[in-house]
Amino acid sequence: MTPSRSAFGAIVAKDLRTELRTMQSLPAMVLFAVTTFVIFRYGLDRTALSGSLAGGGLWTTLLFAAGLGINRIFLAEREEGGFDAFRLAPVDRGVLFVAKATVLFVYLAAVELVVVPIFAIFFLSTWSGLLPMLPILAGANLGLAVLGTLISSMAVNSRARDLLVPLLLLPLVVPLMIAVTAATAHLLDAAGPDFEKFGTWLLVLALYDGIFALIGYAVFEFLLED
Amino acid sequence: MSGRGLKELSIATLVVLTIGYVLVFFWVPMDADQGFKQKIFYLHVPLAIVALLGFVAGGVEGYRHLRTDDRRHDANSYVFIHISVVFGVATLISGMLWAKASWGHFWVWDEPTLVSFLIVFLLYATYYPFRYAIEDRDRQARYASVFAVTAGAFVPLNFLAVRMAESLIHPRVFATSSGGLPGSMMLTFLVCIVGFGLLWATLVKLELLGKRTSGQLSRLRRTLQAEGYGEGGGSVSGRIAPNMESR
Repeated sequence: MTPSRSAFGAIVAKDLRTELRTMQSLPAMVLFAVTTFVIFRYGLDRTALSGSLAGGGLWTTLLFAAGLGINRIFLAEREEGGFDAFRLAPVDRGVLFVAKATVLFVYLAAVELVVVPIFAIFFLSTWSGLLPMLPILAGANLGLAVLGTLISSMAVNSRARDLLVPLLLLPLVVPLMIAVTAATAHLLDAAGPDFEKFGTWLLVLALYDGIFALIGYAVFEFLLED
Repeated sequence: MSGRGLKELSIATLVVLTIGYVLVFFWVPMDADQGFKQKIFYLHVPLAIVALLGFVAGGVEGYRHLRTDDRRHDANSYVFIHISVVFGVATLISGMLWAKASWGHFWVWDEPTLVSFLIVFLLYATYYPFRYAIEDRDRQARYASVFAVTAGAFVPLNFLAVRMAESLIHPRVFATSSGGLPGSMMLTFLVCIVGFGLLWATLVKLELLGKRTSGQLSRLRRTLQAEGYGEGGGSVSGRIAPNMESR
């Protein structure tokens, strides 16, 4: 096993184990999302959602829940000196980026595994659109993971960390949100899923993910220098 | 960078912009559809184009700073983005006035270019709080460059996504600005773009010169203080931007 790959495995395992033992982020993200659904029920004054309202409600909630996780993804590294330790390790700097993005992807998938079915139970009249949503969820998670890792590492060393993460994240994810909400709106149509432009939006999503994965990987080493 | 050329650049800006607006008001034919109101096109669109190019140029300078670790590139990147944000405010205001005049509303969500521009503007507005939340000077410069590179790449991507959302949901109502533009309008438009490009360059040069001067001033003041001449006139206050001190 190459040093990079073992470092990657070690970081991912460390983060997931820490999360499983402390449960610092995931329960908060789930709780936040479910509460937001309740607020949407009254804010929109609807007991059932479909089409673009369903897509918008679901993705707004997931985005803000992701923000909670993104805020904390580098917290341990900063407070416990993990950045210094990593700088001392003789591995490629990009490994930390890939590892953290993977961890964030797993967090988001875990949250969605709980939250999306709850959303369906609360609001959706037909569940047939949920399965085709999987590639959209995966693409959105990938984009949020790479962008979130980049932004979190930028913000974590500043004074206004938890303020900056949403401020930087929201404008940058607008194209991603356009793609996922447009694709989801058709899938969650009251009359059953509709695949109009589904492939096109997945392509936009893939393009977005690819560009930010490359940029994130390329610039990440400069964020670690000290 | 020295102050040389600033005067020539200012004069060139003034001349080109004057020619541009003489053409706009006295030569270009009235728009058949919108009439006099359409003239704001020669203000709004050049401002927007120059601002967007300035954002991308800020990203390129940020990239060069990361490559070379030369602080001058960071200062350039900062000033490029700063002046482009100012142009961005002017673009949004002129765009809203134009929208009100020709469509009856200050804001039109169906117009993808305007919406994309707003998103880009909102992103770059976070450049300042982000930059000044980092205390260490070197780290501040490096992180700001990372921001400039990421945001610079985001600009075209964002325009693509917003435009797609519009054309996929409902067809575009307004023709693109360059399509079917008569020759006289096109020429005037190009003169205005050059004029605003020159204005941008002049402001950038002025701003960089100001930073350079205040950097030199504080260096001199420190030297004087070190040699025991008086207590100095207090700190160099109001410094809100990276200067180009070598130390």
